[in-house]
Amino acid sequence: MTEKVKVRIDGQVIAATPGQTILQAARDNDKYIPALCYMEGLSAVGACRLCMVEVSGVARLLPACTTPVQEGLAVNTSSPQLQSYRKIALELLFAERNHVCAVCVSSGHCELQTLAQEHGVTYVRYPYNFPKLEVDTTHPKFVLDHNRCILCSRCVRTCAEIEGAHVWDVAGRGIQSRLVSELKRPWGEATSCTSCGKCVQACPTGAMAEKGFGVEEMTKKPAVVGRLTSMRGGR
Amino acid sequence: MTTKKPTSPAKKPTSPAPMDRELVAYAPAAEPAEARRPVVKKITIPHVSRIEGHARITIKLDDAGQVIDTQFHVTQIRGFEKFVEGRPYYEMPSITARICGICPISHLLASSKACDAIMAVRIPDSAAKLRELVHCAQFVQSHALSFFHLSAPDLLLGMDFDPARRNVAGLLEEHPDALRDGIALRKFGQQVIERLAKERIHPSWIVPGGVNAPFDPEAREKTLAEWPAAMAIVKRTLALWKKTLDGFPDEIATFSNFPTMYCGLVGPDGSLRLYDGNLRFIGPDGSIVADQVKPGDYANYIGEATLADSYLKAPYYKPVGYPEGIYRVGPLARLNVADRCGTPDADKELEEYRQRLGRIVQSGFHYHYARLIEATYALERMKELLDDPAILGTKARAHAGVNNLEGTGIIEAPRGTLIHHYKVDDNGAMTWANLIVATGHNNLAIGRGVLQVAKRFVDGNKIQEGALNRVSALVRAYDPCLSCSTHALGTVPLLLQLQGPDGQLLDEVRSE
Repeated sequence: MTEKVKVRIDGQVIAATPGQTILQAARDNDKYIPALCYMEGLSAVGACRLCMVEVSGVARLLPACTTPVQEGLAVNTSSPQLQSYRKIALELLFAERNHVCAVCVSSGHCELQTLAQEHGVTYVRYPYNFPKLEVDTTHPKFVLDHNRCILCSRCVRTCAEIEGAHVWDVAGRGIQSRLVSELKRPWGEATSCTSCGKCVQACPTGAMAEKGFGVEEMTKKPAVVGRLTSMRGGR
Repeated sequence: MTTKKPTSPAKKPTSPAPMDRELVAYAPAAEPAEARRPVVKKITIPHVSRIEGHARITIKLDDAGQVIDTQFHVTQIRGFEKFVEGRPYYEMPSITARICGICPISHLLASSKACDAIMAVRIPDSAAKLRELVHCAQFVQSHALSFFHLSAPDLLLGMDFDPARRNVAGLLEEHPDALRDGIALRKFGQQVIERLAKERIHPSWIVPGGVNAPFDPEAREKTLAEWPAAMAIVKRTLALWKKTLDGFPDEIATFSNFPTMYCGLVGPDGSLRLYDGNLRFIGPDGSIVADQVKPGDYANYIGEATLADSYLKAPYYKPVGYPEGIYRVGPLARLNVADRCGTPDADKELEEYRQRLGRIVQSGFHYHYARLIEATYALERMKELLDDPAILGTKARAHAGVNNLEGTGIIEAPRGTLIHHYKVDDNGAMTWANLIVATGHNNLAIGRGVLQVAKRFVDGNKIQEGALNRVSALVRAYDPCLSCSTHALGTVPLLLQLQGPDGQLLDEVRSE
C-alpha cells in the first residue's frame, strides 16, 4: 500500500496519495473547490484560476489543480479573499465574450452559469467586451460558438489525450486567443476529426453543442471522459 | 362604410378641423399642402403610456391652433434582423421570442414554423394541436391584458377621468369586479401556457419540428376544470362592453375610422385561423382581392416602406403600392377578413357584431369589441383541442437537418399577422432574416388615425389632458407591441408641451 501524506485542508487533516494535486485530494475527501478547466481524466493546465487556494507559508495563491500535495501542507480553500477573487475571475469570463444565457442551448446545464450562481454573480462590474465572433456551423453534427467559449481547453485535451485525434488547439495570444480546429480549418473540413463528440461532452458551456438543440436543451455528460480514462487504467 | 365627419362640436369650442386630408395616407416624402404652411406650434407626447414599447407623437398646429399634421414615431431600434446573422437557424425561436415579453409565444410559433419550412418537415399532428392550444391560451391572456389592464382605464373610467387615477388602481376602486375578471382571465391564459410550456414567459418548449415534450394528461384535466370560469368571464365582459359601447360615439367616429384594406389568415373555407392558414387580403369595401396566399408567397403581396422619422417600417399592399396600399391587421381586420369564426358562441357574437356595425367595420375603436369576440373564439377552440384525444399523442417532435435554404412562418399573433422569413446557408447558419410584426402592418393606419383623432379633439389654444389622452387611446386601441416591455400601470410620466416658434414653452401638461 502506498504511503499517504498528511495535509490539512480547511483545518481538517486528511490522508492524500503522493502525487495527487490539492484539488484531487480535496475532492476525494468531499471538500469542494470550484474549477472550470479541470476535468477528471485529463491533464491539468491551471487556466481558469477558479481553484486558487491559500497555502500556508506561500505568499501567493496557488492553483489547486496543478499543485501537488506535500507532507504537512496546510490549505485554505474558501477565505473571503478567495471568494472575492473567484467572483472577479467569473465576471471577467462573462465580460470577455458574449455569454447570453437566455438564448443559450446550455442554459440550466452550464458549469459557468452554475458557478456564477454559486458565487453570487448578479452583475458584472467590468465593461463588456462585446467581441464580434463567429459561429462554426460547418460540422454536420456539431456546432462551435466562439461567443460562449471560455478557452478552458477541455476539448483540446479530450481530443488529444482521450480520442488521440488532436483536432483542437488554441491559437493567438491574449484577448485574440481562439479555439481552432486543424490549424484553422473549418471544423466540418477537419479530416482528423472522428466526429466522436467527446469534445462536446467535455465543454463546460454552450460553446460546443450538438446541432438541432434549442435553448436549454443541450445536456452534457462530462463524466464520460473520466470514465474512459479509468477504464484504460489511467493511461 | 364611409368616413364620418364629427357632428358634435359641443366638446370643442372651435369648429372641427377639415377632414379632407384623411384619405391621403401618411407619407412624409410627399408633404401635404397644409404642412407647407408655417408651423408655429408643436405638441409632443414624448411617451405614449399603457402600450407595449416606446412611442412618441408630434402634433403640429397652425396659427389658429388647429391641428394640421401629426406624426407617430416609434423611437426604439431592436436590430434583431441583423444580429441573428450567423446564428444556427434552430436558435431563432428562442432569440426572436425575446422581441416581446407579452407574446413571446407568437414569435416562438412563427419562428418555429419558419424553421419547420427550412427542415421541410410536417410536424406531428399532436405537436400542431399543442402549438395551437398554447397559442389560444396566449390569445386569452394577451387580449385580457390589452382590454383590462391597458385600455379599461380609458374605457370604463372614461377618457377624461382624473389621470392620476386613470389606471388599474382607479379601476380597483370604481370597477373592482371587472378588474378581478381581467386578472383572473389573464391568469388562466398564463397558467395554461405554464402547464404546457413549463414557463410563462420565454419557454423553451416550442421548438423547430414541434414541441419538446408531450402534453401531461393531468395538466389537461386541470385546464378543462378551469375553463368554464374563464368562459364565463369573457361572456360577462362582452355583455358589459356591449352596454358601454354606445357611450363613445365621438371616439367611434374618429378613432381611425376610415376605409383601408385588411389582411389576415383564413382556413381553406374562409374561416378565422390563428395558428395555421393562408393569407387573405380584402379591399376597403370588403371584396376579396387576394385569397389563400401561401406563407412563402407573402413577399409578392406585401412591400415595406422606410419612414424618415420612425424606426418602424411601413408595410403596404404591393399590387396597390405605397402609400395607397394601406392595410390593417389584428382583431378588427381578422373579423373583417374571415367569413366566420368557426366555433358556435364566437359565431353568434360575430353575427351580432356585424348586425350592429356592418359587415366591414372600419373604426379602430372596435378593435376592443373584436378582441373580446376573439377571446371567445380562442377559448372555444381551446376546448375543442382539449377534448381531442390526439392532443395527448406522445410523438410531438420531428427531427431533420437543413433541407430548404429558405423558410417562412406566418401566424396570427394577438395583435395581427406575424411573419418570420429566414434564409440559411448549407450548414444552417442564418444569412438573412425579415420579420414583419403586427404593429408594423398597422403603422400607416395608426399614423393616419392619430391625425384623425387629433383633428377632432385637440385644440392648440388650450391643451386638454383628456384630448391628448384620446390620441394615446387611439394608439392603445391597436394594442401596439412596440417592444418587449409592458407599462401596465398608467404611471409612465407623460409630458406634453406646447411650444412657440422660437421654442418658447406656451403650455404644459404633465402626469406623474
